[in-house]
Amino acid sequence: MAGTDPIHQFVIEDMFPIYLGGDGTAGSGLNVSFTNSALFMVATVVAISAYMLLAPGKRQLVPNRIQLTSELMYEFIANMLRSSAGKQGMVFFPFVFSLFAFILVANLFGMVPYFFTVTSHIIVTFALAMLVISVVTIYGFAKHGLKFFKLFAPSGIPAPVLLIVVPIEVVSFLSRPISLSVRLFGNILAGHITLKVFTGFVVTLGAAGFLGWMGAVLPLAMGVALTALEFLVAAVQAYVFAVLTSMYLNDAVHPSH
Amino acid sequence: MEAEWAKYIGAGIATLGMAGAALGVSNIFSNFLTGALRNPSAAPSQTGNLIFGFAVTEALGIFSFLVALILLFVA
Repeated sequence: MAGTDPIHQFVIEDMFPIYLGGDGTAGSGLNVSFTNSALFMVATVVAISAYMLLAPGKRQLVPNRIQLTSELMYEFIANMLRSSAGKQGMVFFPFVFSLFAFILVANLFGMVPYFFTVTSHIIVTFALAMLVISVVTIYGFAKHGLKFFKLFAPSGIPAPVLLIVVPIEVVSFLSRPISLSVRLFGNILAGHITLKVFTGFVVTLGAAGFLGWMGAVLPLAMGVALTALEFLVAAVQAYVFAVLTSMYLNDAVHPSH
Repeated sequence: MEAEWAKYIGAGIATLGMAGAALGVSNIFSNFLTGALRNPSAAPSQTGNLIFGFAVTEALGIFSFLVALILLFVA
C-alpha cells in the first residue's frame, strides 16, 4: 500500500538547500531553502504575469478573443469589489485581484498530476488570511482612528443588549483569519486526499487479476467525477476568498454597520 | 485507555458533524430553487450569492472533516 499513500503528495522537499548562519554542520542554521512549494509559488506568479502582460497584445478598443478573457477577469473582480466595498474600496483592487489570481492559479496548478499544491498547507493560507486581516485592521485604524471600534457596536441597540453583543462581535472579528484560512486549506486538502484515496483503489484493484480490472472501473469513474468537482472547488474557493476579502475591506472603509 | 484506538473512534464521531453541513447546503439550494421557480427573471442575478452561500456553509462540513484528518494523521 506504500505506493498509494494519500499523504505523500503534501511532503515539502528542499530543492536547493540554503541554510543561513549555523555552525557548518549539515542542517544547522536558519532554513531558507528553495522548496517545491516555493517553486510552484514562483510558477504561479510567472504564469499570471505572463498571461496578464501578453493577453492584451495590441490593446484593440474592440477586444479580440484572448484580450477579452483577461478583460473578463478584470471586470469580474472589479464589479465584485465595487458592489461590496463601494467606490472608496476600489483602492484595494490590485490587492484583491492579486489574491484572487494567485489562489485560483495555485489551486489549478495543483490539479496537474505530479505538481505540488501550494494552498494545501495551512501556513500558506494562514499567511494570506493574516495579510488580509492586517490590511483591514491597519487601514481601519489609520483612516478612522478609534472610531474603528464602532464596528463592534452596531447602531440602534439598547445598552443591556450591547453588553452581550460587543464580545460576540469581537470574537467573530478575531475568528475571521482562522475561518478564512481553514476554509481554503480544508477544501483543497480534503479534495486532494479524497482523490488520491479513490485513485489508490484503482491501483489496488488493478493488481488483483482480471476480475480486479473489471471492478477498477468504478473507482476510476469516481476519480473522474472527483477531478471535475476539484476544478469547481478550486475556482469557487478563490472566488469566495476574494468576496470575503472585499467584505472585510468594506468593514475597514465604512466601519459602521 | 490508549490513545491509538481512541483516535480512530474520535475520527469516526467527528464525521457526524457533516450532517449539519449537509442540511445547511440543501437549505440554501432548496430556497434558491423555490425563489427561482417563482421569479425566474431574478434568478441569474442571485447565482453569485448562491455560490458564495454554498461555499461558506460547506466550509463548516470541511472543518469537521479536518478534525477527523487531524486525529488520524497529526495527533
